[in-house]
Amino acid sequence: MTLLKTWQMPIILGMVLLLALFLPQMQLNLYVQMVLMYVGINIILTASLNLVNGYMGEFSVGHAAFMAIGAYASSILTVLILPRRWGPAEALRVLPVIGPELANGVYLVPAVLVGGAIAAVAGLVLAFPSFKTRGDYLAIVTLAFNMIVKSLLENSGDIGGLVARLIAPLSTSLSADVLRLSDAVGGPRGLLGMSKLTSLFWVYLWVIVSLFAMRNFIFSNFGRGVVSIREDETAAGLVSVNTRQVKVLTFVISSFFAGVAGGLFAHVLQFINPRSFTILKSTDILVMVYLGGIGSLMGSILGAAVFTILLEVLREVIPLVGLSEVWRWVVGPLLLVTLMIFRPRGIMGLREFKGFLPKEEEVKLEAAPAPP
Amino acid sequence: MPQPVTTLVQQTLNALQVGSVYALIALGYTMVYGILTMINFAHGDIFMVSTYLGFFAAAWLLGLALNMPLLVIFLSTLLLAMIGTATLAVIIERVAYKPLRQAPRISAVITALGVGIFLENFTLAVIGPEPRTIPPLFPLVNLNLSGVFVSTIQIVIIGVSVIVMIILDTIVRRSMTGMAMRAISFDKTIVPLMGVPVDRIISATFALGSAIAAVGGILYGMAYQLDPYMGIRIGWWAFISAVVGGIGNIRGAMIGGYILGFVEIFTPVFLPSSTYRDFVAFSLLLLLLVFRPTGILGRPIVQKV
Repeated sequence: MTLLKTWQMPIILGMVLLLALFLPQMQLNLYVQMVLMYVGINIILTASLNLVNGYMGEFSVGHAAFMAIGAYASSILTVLILPRRWGPAEALRVLPVIGPELANGVYLVPAVLVGGAIAAVAGLVLAFPSFKTRGDYLAIVTLAFNMIVKSLLENSGDIGGLVARLIAPLSTSLSADVLRLSDAVGGPRGLLGMSKLTSLFWVYLWVIVSLFAMRNFIFSNFGRGVVSIREDETAAGLVSVNTRQVKVLTFVISSFFAGVAGGLFAHVLQFINPRSFTILKSTDILVMVYLGGIGSLMGSILGAAVFTILLEVLREVIPLVGLSEVWRWVVGPLLLVTLMIFRPRGIMGLREFKGFLPKEEEVKLEAAPAPP
Repeated sequence: MPQPVTTLVQQTLNALQVGSVYALIALGYTMVYGILTMINFAHGDIFMVSTYLGFFAAAWLLGLALNMPLLVIFLSTLLLAMIGTATLAVIIERVAYKPLRQAPRISAVITALGVGIFLENFTLAVIGPEPRTIPPLFPLVNLNLSGVFVSTIQIVIIGVSVIVMIILDTIVRRSMTGMAMRAISFDKTIVPLMGVPVDRIISATFALGSAIAAVGGILYGMAYQLDPYMGIRIGWWAFISAVVGGIGNIRGAMIGGYILGFVEIFTPVFLPSSTYRDFVAFSLLLLLLVFRPTGILGRPIVQKV
């Protein structure tokens, strides 16, 4: 029994991955596959925002901006840069031994990593001015950042033209590259031409990697600092937690995974435009975090899954009652408000699924009184 | 007058017109924040509902054909929409926000976001997406003052807004209710012990803030088109106005509203298109926050240990 208990999580994770690999082969409905992929992407988004809003107790509202940066950066890589060196992505699928599914990873893995890295850099730039004071300050800064990113993407044509003209005297080839880049980004039209690299397997591989990384981060020494900031920032500072450093680093990690999710998202949809990453998208992510419950990875999984699947179910159910599809967005928020009134901490608020806890943590939890 | 001067005067007038609406809505954000330290994200959508209430009130009053003078119709439309909107806001506060006063602060914000999305889509589902305009409730005249065009709508919008803001400022500074509001935002633990009915004052704050938003809504609805999603953009801009002025500060919200009005109107004058206005407004906001995190008139919050 102990053996089973120790290996419980790896077994579950392995089964998830195997399922993700073989379900598409078993002629699973494409629509269901799509929904499952969105669930996975939303799990990464929700868990990463939960780092900042749940574990650290700050209030960031512009998560879609980092997702946008990741999506655009990874798409530029797979559409403009990689094919010039390695040929089109589709050509790799005939590679022997590894099969088409895994061959997609040759493009997808670097693209997603680069997307995450660039989003992380953006997070770092934003984090420095944002953590000067506490409270709603971060909310306003991230909101503004979300709007600015969307506005810049929409005006990419003008901006690219301006930059190209400025650097034309220095290097004509670089100037031409900038023009090609801004043309591909496409302003309000959006960026297209990605091949469908993301599949169930890749989404859930990233879900597992992200959750594992975030769980290890939270239960590390550094992670205790994150939670201590939520409980009492002044006291945390007094016991020599470097609060500023902890806040900046947590924000950067959170942005990284938002960028990863963005990269995956772009290669499911094969088309992105600035309107996919408005403040409404950020609101969706916020809702999933608080629906699932703050400070809980299992909560993030549940929040993302319940929210994504509920909206899809409402899409099916509401026409049956004879109402138009708009009512989906009437019923959804009503459910959310009701949930918040009767369960303000969300489904899992501040509790965690036992399998996600490190061993030494389990012992402590049983000894400590239940949180109020 | 030479061409650049008339353009400048014309655009300043337009900026004052837009800024008045932003200022009126920003007041609601700032009042609720001052008293509850809660960002009421549903406020922009409450503003949207108020424009529809104004639209139906005006259409109903005109349809009665009682041969009332237009001024009476205008004032009663205003009054009906203000009462309706205030009632709606108080109901929202009592049903959705009050149970959460002891909960984590963020829960109330999420609830507010939910209420906002609900209001937008409920309006869309019930009334439909067709854009509408409130019928004109006063004679529409375009005056040409040596090259500058002034419409009566602009005069009414700017004039009514200024009057409403003066009335509000007087209420907050002179009346008992206003004194209680300022007291609660000054100290939330002691003031209830002094016999101030906190619940009633909080409801009054919501009612007052949304009634002012309704004035803004009707003025806006006479000059522009209504649609169920208009509260999102205008709400965000008004919220930014409140932050720029110093959130929690009433006079700051008025100043912030006019600043954002100028940003909106003058961005297309200097940059190639109006799609840059979000970029300019929010970059200004970020710059301001880096150098003056509390806004123009806000006072820094000292955290006591």
